[in-house]
Amino acid sequence: MKAAIITFPGSNRDGDVFRALADVTGHEPVHVWHADYELPQGTDLVVLPGGFSYGDYLRCGAIAGRAHIMQAVTTHANRGGLVLGICNGFQILVESGLLPGVLMRNANLRFVCKMQHLRVERADTPFTRAYRQHQVIKVCIAHGEGNYIADAETIARLEGEGLVAFRYCDAAGKIGGVANPNGSLHDVAGIYSQQRNVLGLMPHPENLIDPLVGGIDGRGLFQSLIAA
Amino acid sequence: MKARVTVTLKPSVLDPQGKAIEGALHALEVPGIKGVRQGKVFDIELADMAPDAATAALKTAAERLLANLIVETYRIELV
Repeated sequence: MKAAIITFPGSNRDGDVFRALADVTGHEPVHVWHADYELPQGTDLVVLPGGFSYGDYLRCGAIAGRAHIMQAVTTHANRGGLVLGICNGFQILVESGLLPGVLMRNANLRFVCKMQHLRVERADTPFTRAYRQHQVIKVCIAHGEGNYIADAETIARLEGEGLVAFRYCDAAGKIGGVANPNGSLHDVAGIYSQQRNVLGLMPHPENLIDPLVGGIDGRGLFQSLIAA
Repeated sequence: MKARVTVTLKPSVLDPQGKAIEGALHALEVPGIKGVRQGKVFDIELADMAPDAATAALKTAAERLLANLIVETYRIELV
């Protein structure tokens, strides 16, 4: 599995994703600079890491979403290549049009940084096959703009076609209510593209791969990718 | 020449920042505040060109970058 991690000015979780991929899959990913025009030959997976690309100027992910490399990422996605956007990476994916909807300011206006339970909606995708369907995992979130919004038609399509990847829940797996940290519609924490080869999520599985930092529930996502 | 592009949230989109500002204005006891919606203003310097061409260029700028049309609308003024 060959992975490429895109670094934008202001990305700050690129090192974390590198470590998670190298540790869990046994293959070291390569770093790609945002101003490059091409992905390394044979890239299976592109990762857009978390951070604050361009200082969140204009809108989160707006400027990075129009970087040179995003054309190559779009071509890669359109031919079925895997793309994973985490946190700011998810924001970049919606801004570039690779995923629908938009991530607005958290409903309570607070930057939320804490541990968070998620329910894995389906376990038959390249990103989640090492989990069980409806498994509850504990990872962390750290964002100010994670409030997923889309028009009613888009939400209906995401639900109807099974494109919701993760939902916010409590430790018992109960969806929504106080377990929703940011006001996201339908408690959406992550979504897939129509072909399920593009995944965007606000939480940080890459930071929960080592018992030393409080859990290893994030490893499943990277284990899933080994077969890619 | 100069132009101004104003980007605002669509009326159907909740604006928690506007709500917070509205609350603060109430706390300051500024009279008559019924509602606040926050937006963005872009003052843009353009090369001299025909107004139609300028409007077309600004429309491209607004739709490709300045506004996210899923939740925002924009207005162009040539000044």
